[in-house]
Amino acid sequence: MPQDVYARIKNNPQFDELVNSRSRFAWLLSIIMLSIYFGFILAIAYAPGLLGTPVAEGRVTTIGLPIGVGVILSAIVLTGIYVWRANSRYDEMTRKIIEDSK
Amino acid sequence: MTRVTILSARVAAAGAALLAVAPALAAEAVGQVEKSAINWPAIVMFLLFVGLTLGITKWAASRTKTAADFYAAGGGITGFQNGLAIAGDYMSAASFLGISAMVYGKGFDGLIYSVGWLVGWPLILFLIAERLRNLGKYTFADVASYRLSRTPVRIFSACGALIVVIFYLIGQMVGAGQLIKLLFGLDYLYALILVGGLMMIYVTFGGMVATTWVQLIKAILLLAGATFMALAVLWQFGFSLEALFKRATEVHPSGTAIMAPGTLVTNPIDAISLAMALMFGTAGLPHILMRFFTVPDAKEARKSVFYATGFIGYFYILTFIIGFGAITLVLGAPAELKSLYIDANGAMIGGGNMPALHLSHAVGGNLFLGFISAVAFATILAVVSGLTLAGASAISHDLYANVFAHGRSTEAAEVRVSKMASAGLGILAIILGYIFEKQNIAFLVGLTFAIAASANFPIILLSMFWKGLTTRGAVAGGLIGLVSAVVLTVVSPPIWEAVLGNPKGSAWFPYSNPALFSISLAFFGSWLFSVLDASDQAKRERAAFEAQFIRSQTGLGAATAASH
Repeated sequence: MPQDVYARIKNNPQFDELVNSRSRFAWLLSIIMLSIYFGFILAIAYAPGLLGTPVAEGRVTTIGLPIGVGVILSAIVLTGIYVWRANSRYDEMTRKIIEDSK
Repeated sequence: MTRVTILSARVAAAGAALLAVAPALAAEAVGQVEKSAINWPAIVMFLLFVGLTLGITKWAASRTKTAADFYAAGGGITGFQNGLAIAGDYMSAASFLGISAMVYGKGFDGLIYSVGWLVGWPLILFLIAERLRNLGKYTFADVASYRLSRTPVRIFSACGALIVVIFYLIGQMVGAGQLIKLLFGLDYLYALILVGGLMMIYVTFGGMVATTWVQLIKAILLLAGATFMALAVLWQFGFSLEALFKRATEVHPSGTAIMAPGTLVTNPIDAISLAMALMFGTAGLPHILMRFFTVPDAKEARKSVFYATGFIGYFYILTFIIGFGAITLVLGAPAELKSLYIDANGAMIGGGNMPALHLSHAVGGNLFLGFISAVAFATILAVVSGLTLAGASAISHDLYANVFAHGRSTEAAEVRVSKMASAGLGILAIILGYIFEKQNIAFLVGLTFAIAASANFPIILLSMFWKGLTTRGAVAGGLIGLVSAVVLTVVSPPIWEAVLGNPKGSAWFPYSNPALFSISLAFFGSWLFSVLDASDQAKRERAAFEAQFIRSQTGLGAATAASH
């Protein structure tokens, strides 16, 4: 890759925007995922009774089940959100930056 | 004081629940099992699978000409296919049989395990997937050595990859031998030779193309089989989960306790430590990372993770229903059927990992048991093939082509070495499987993940994110992570006391999983040795970060496997 292409990308303010916006978004989603997961683990540790509460009077199903399944679904939804945004917005920004550098 | 004790006991319970994952998975080995009678439907379906995959291997062999074809299927796999193949790589027979067995035994706690295995995926996507795709070509060592000194970093990364691959293979081979002995009535050694031989054929002749297709077919079969089983269970209860759970609490000896978090005792650090091993270990598994180089670009790499997370998450929800189904339909089966599954002493026939297999018989008779047995076998084959290919790439691409031949080998020579390495690894896997047949290998899965998380993951992450990383820092940090993961595992209670037979309480390291400490040590070591490194080479490596960063962010100049 010729050095001047890199220099043009580096000096392109849109490149900084792409990097900052994408890192912020990626770290935000990572923190959400970690909070959900460690929240679940800590709830099991400190409030097993809470997770063992029946979803309604007289039912066997406990609220721990929808919560556990919810953690699994949240992982799928969060990856979906990231992919959707990255494949549209970030890829479009990247394409422009590369075009401008030529 | 009492309150504190209760609290810590509860945290402990969570920890213990997580910790039980490792044994359960390693107990992929169904235990020392009796050879059973020949299971014809299973054999016929298995032969169909083998015939189909060998046909695909023949076709794949005709398309596997270049190194890019061999390592990365020419970069021509779509995001959807790759996602399914990743799921096929990741959903081992252990997660299928082990997790459903755990739900069968402990109810709710089984869910905790599956969650731990899944949450690493979103992090892989957010932090490393696209950078990995943009920087690497065939192996994760490509990424680690991108701007660092080739020889030391490649040697270290290849060793990290090989250690993980070999440990993982031992667990898979021992599990395969036991399972096949049980399901197909085949001798342990013959079972090993069959698995090892098939995987050698797939990898040696068909490379990544054949391996990918074996994983795709296996993933589809496993998901279809598990879906059918879960639906059959729900159908019995009029598609009411409440009715399923109610019946399960009536049948299970622990009663309604199975609907809430369990009560095993250890401590909170363990819970976090194991959670870290599972999450970050996944991001350091060479056979998983390698799959990111089979797609054409970062966009498809991202899609692969989304599909993989979806399939794996869906699969874990199914295993939960299957576990409860086994409680109601195996443990709660009418007397004449129950005697087929559970012996007079109340023990499960065939060993603790059998609930899913007995359930398949309970809902679909011999034919469906045969199908699920064949799927379990296919599952093992797909996982060992992925492992072997990753190990062979570390030997041929990293050690041979880049270190031994200083990047001056021909492509043909590299592929030849890779094929020899695949065959060698296959033979090694058979020998190790034989040696470890009667050993207690329950600790191996936990150790493998701890090593992947401590030796491979920190180097990959730092090389992408931290400008200051130097060769010295990477190798020293990785070595510290590797050594501390191994040493702390050896002196932890599960090995020091349970395996080596030292008196209880004599273990030097009080926790069951070293990851929290070994990962921290690896990061600290990499940082310390990098900052202390004032060499000219270190200056050049720091200066080279910028170009690497631009490529990792934009994909500009990224290897499109097909063009090499």
